[in-house]
Amino acid sequence: MNTEFILRAAEAVYQALLTHESEIESLDRAIGDGDHFINMKRGCATIVGMREELAALAPDAALQKIGMKLLSTIGGASGPLIGSFFMSMAKAVKEEGAETLPEIAIAFAAGVEAIKARGKADVGEKTMLDVLIPVSQTFTRLADEGYGRAELLEVLKREAQQGMQSTRDMIATKGRAAFLGERAIGHIDPGAKSSQVIICTVCDLALANP
Amino acid sequence: MKKFINQVDDLLVESLSGFAAAHRDIVSLNLDPNYLVRASKAESKVVLISGGGSGHEPLHSGFVGYGMLDAACPGHVFTSPTPDQMLAAAVAAESGRGVLFIVKNYAGDVMNFEMAAEMLPFEHATVITSDDVAVENSTYTTGRRGVAGTVIVEKVVGSLAETGADLAACKVLGDRVNSRTASMGVALTSCTVPAAGRPTFDIEHHELEMGVGIHGEPGRRREAMRSADEIVADLVSAILEDLKPAQGSEALLLVNGFTGTPLMELYVLYNSAAKLLKRHGVNVTRSLVGDYTTSLEMAGASITVCLLDEEIRRHWDAPVHTAALRWGR
Repeated sequence: MNTEFILRAAEAVYQALLTHESEIESLDRAIGDGDHFINMKRGCATIVGMREELAALAPDAALQKIGMKLLSTIGGASGPLIGSFFMSMAKAVKEEGAETLPEIAIAFAAGVEAIKARGKADVGEKTMLDVLIPVSQTFTRLADEGYGRAELLEVLKREAQQGMQSTRDMIATKGRAAFLGERAIGHIDPGAKSSQVIICTVCDLALANP
Repeated sequence: MKKFINQVDDLLVESLSGFAAAHRDIVSLNLDPNYLVRASKAESKVVLISGGGSGHEPLHSGFVGYGMLDAACPGHVFTSPTPDQMLAAAVAAESGRGVLFIVKNYAGDVMNFEMAAEMLPFEHATVITSDDVAVENSTYTTGRRGVAGTVIVEKVVGSLAETGADLAACKVLGDRVNSRTASMGVALTSCTVPAAGRPTFDIEHHELEMGVGIHGEPGRRREAMRSADEIVADLVSAILEDLKPAQGSEALLLVNGFTGTPLMELYVLYNSAAKLLKRHGVNVTRSLVGDYTTSLEMAGASITVCLLDEEIRRHWDAPVHTAALRWGR
């Protein structure tokens, strides 16, 4: 994973979020407070606009800078969560490197752990973690088992899709939807949806650039 | 959507700039990162800083000034402010006695203030307000929301801080006021986040949303519209169930409008709630009626009861000079 890939991923994620605007917005209006898409879009647009400044940096420094910038531009609950994700990922990349699939899996897992810690949440609470935790666990396992790159990426996309769908029938115990009680059942969590879009987009980008 | 807007992306900064210009004797504004501080910095006192999403005006900017907050950090509409704002506000306002964050209990606000606190180079503490009894604490682990009761916490602790009390004392009083304060709201219409351009939820003409939050997030129940007395009875009974006041308790009654409800109707609610409280043996001796914790253009209101004691009453009565609350000075 080099800095150029990180920057191209940011641009691809920005485009993908725009494509899914109405879907994410309607999920958030149903069980959130209507600001998730706007906040994610603002964060992505800011990072895309920092291309020149980021391009010269090593991957860990770029991830750290992205994390700090997202922390100060997204706001809401997503800001600290996503900011913490990138900052913890940066630290893992700095310590372990991010050349091989197992190394990237370690960095991703470090980021997901940071979200768990900051949000004090886990699987089954109808949040982005219902996508991120299973994806991270599968990523680590398949990378350790020496799966091929293309096959692994396809599995991660399916895992993200399943995780996102799994939030539909959950009662939320974290996030804005928690105030709704049983009324949240039947709606996919908007944070799980945007996480699925992001993971699938980055996997597709990696598949297209072997 | 029909709103007074030039460019939707400029709304927040133009509104903050207008607010700061209109009240330049009380506040001054810093942009990027956005925060408001008192026009004249207070010396040697615990610094009170609050903040939250915009769209709840006058909360929190309208409460910066003598006797209440030292600084406020406005986020985007209905979106928590970010740690860089709180850090910069703290550095600007700090005067050697530490920083007290007053934070409404929403996941985003709590996490952003928590990250700011971790980076803060000063002694600090946090009071989390959680007065909304519409949310059942035991069932949903996110816990009760902080709503209009936050104004009372800011006023009472603000007064204590002016007396030179230390950080620990301010934190203790803030937590105590919060534990003696309960609120519940009801919405008659939805509201429209400007950047989203359409109402956050749909509600029919004959319906109300019982237990609504201040971000247009749906409440607990959708019900048919009823009389003011019947609505107040539901709100007050939920509040009393939570506070369990002793017979003869003394209370502050706050009837807070969400913006779209005329003051005339807010007084109807006040009239009804005060009588009902009296029937339950609660003696209302202090009052506040008006739009203090709003939800953009939503029609609706919340009722807040704070059980007073000598100390809380004294600090409520103490002089205050902010854009939205001013007496005794």
